[in-house]
Amino acid sequence: MRAAAKRQRAQRRTTISALSTLVVLGGLAAILVTSPGWHEVRTTYFAWDDLKDSFPDVLKGFWLDVKLFVIVEACVLVLGLVVALVRTTRAPAFFPLRLLAAVFCDVARGVPVVLLVYLVGFGVPALDLKGLPTDALVLGGMALTFSYSGYVAEVYRSGIDAVHPSQMAGALALGLTRGQALRHVIVPQAVRRVVPPLLNDFIALQKDVALVSFLGPMEAFRVAQIDAASNFVYTPLVAAAVLYLFVTIPMARVVDHLQAKSRRVRGVVEVAA
Amino acid sequence: MSAPPVLEVRGVTKAYGERQVLRGIDLAVAEHEAIALIGASGSGKSTLLRCIDLLEDIDDGDVLLDGEVITDPSVAPPGVRKRLGMVFQAFNLFPHLSVVDNITLAPVRAHGVPKAEARERARELLARFGLEGRAEDYPDHLSGGQQQRVAIVSALATQPRALHLDEVTSALDPELVGEILHRVADLKASGMTMLIATHEMGFAREVADEVCFLHEGEIVERGSAEVMFAAPEHPETQRFLRRLLDAGRL
Repeated sequence: MRAAAKRQRAQRRTTISALSTLVVLGGLAAILVTSPGWHEVRTTYFAWDDLKDSFPDVLKGFWLDVKLFVIVEACVLVLGLVVALVRTTRAPAFFPLRLLAAVFCDVARGVPVVLLVYLVGFGVPALDLKGLPTDALVLGGMALTFSYSGYVAEVYRSGIDAVHPSQMAGALALGLTRGQALRHVIVPQAVRRVVPPLLNDFIALQKDVALVSFLGPMEAFRVAQIDAASNFVYTPLVAAAVLYLFVTIPMARVVDHLQAKSRRVRGVVEVAA
Repeated sequence: MSAPPVLEVRGVTKAYGERQVLRGIDLAVAEHEAIALIGASGSGKSTLLRCIDLLEDIDDGDVLLDGEVITDPSVAPPGVRKRLGMVFQAFNLFPHLSVVDNITLAPVRAHGVPKAEARERARELLARFGLEGRAEDYPDHLSGGQQQRVAIVSALATQPRALHLDEVTSALDPELVGEILHRVADLKASGMTMLIATHEMGFAREVADEVCFLHEGEIVERGSAEVMFAAPEHPETQRFLRRLLDAGRL
């Protein structure tokens, strides 16, 4: 009896959510399609032929984006951790380093990414120093690494702070040095905690690689922009947008999955008092 | 006694801001001896253990380990802590490491014991503490009593000169206390030197050679458990034991 009632209730819930979804989405579609400018929008933004023409080029550009954000993410993971660890040191001798790390975080997070891309992209070559990179792609990557390391360092640091002090006491009591305790006890736990917020920052980074286009490299946004300007249509930009979604949406689902998994598998990983 | 005591505490004081937590503690623990520190919460028992383990700085006095002053600022704390074992009230196991990795962490990283050897020894200790087959489990999947036994094994794995037990039964359900008590009595029988801060009078009675009663950062009375529990001299000791008796814990 009870099972049947439960099943019935579940069915009713499914029906209601399906109906409500249909009504809302249908309504939105109706507003869109009946809007006065819809015909224009459709031909400039969603033209199938334009899409077919521009897609291969945009895709090629996007491949550059992918390579760029993978490399930048690897650099950010390392640099962010180094900065976070420097900020958690206590020894007086490290004060200048701590200060530097704090300034690094403030500046990296405080200046708009697009400005950093400009400043690094045009400022570094202007120095005319031997040994500094002059390639626009490398400079853009450096600017992104700088900016995102600031955020990621703070994410790491919040993770390190969230590990209960009794863990450090336990590790020290065993005779480990502070460095060994960080390496084997604190940081592994901190990293596990911060994976979801870390990946969130990477979602942002995967879109922000488009900013490097301002320095000249032919990545997806720039290719699309040129295509769009020469054909007086915006469809290539839509194509680029869809490509970004292809990497950011799966990443968002991965984050959701990891969060759900960490809740499910390990229970709450909090350490008793 | 010709050899110096394993642990010696001389006139140790410690304050947190305005609050004086230790007011000149003197204490000696000889080899194979077990001393119980009893007293109300906040009397300074745990702080004393943390100070001896160099987890807290002391304000004045000296702590000696095998005759060497370890509270001297020129002594590197890790080298001292390597020679002492500490078991905490809340176990302080590392949740991201399996039981065997918890136990072998210090032997491998701090003492340079080869990993295979450390694991072998960990398994022996686990078996001795009734934890066979638990080596690959994570601490979260063990009961409180099992976690506390793992913590004791962890502290023993480095073969410390002395073992500090800081309220090791306070976080456990009453029916698990006896199990831990039994294990600690075994350790004492095997000759381990111990300093035990506890609310559990069973430790004082069955394990300790000497009981020290702390009141507001001072050892106001010391002696054998039988004598102290039967005929306490200091009024604070009398009051403390009366309260325990009323609570049915003596």
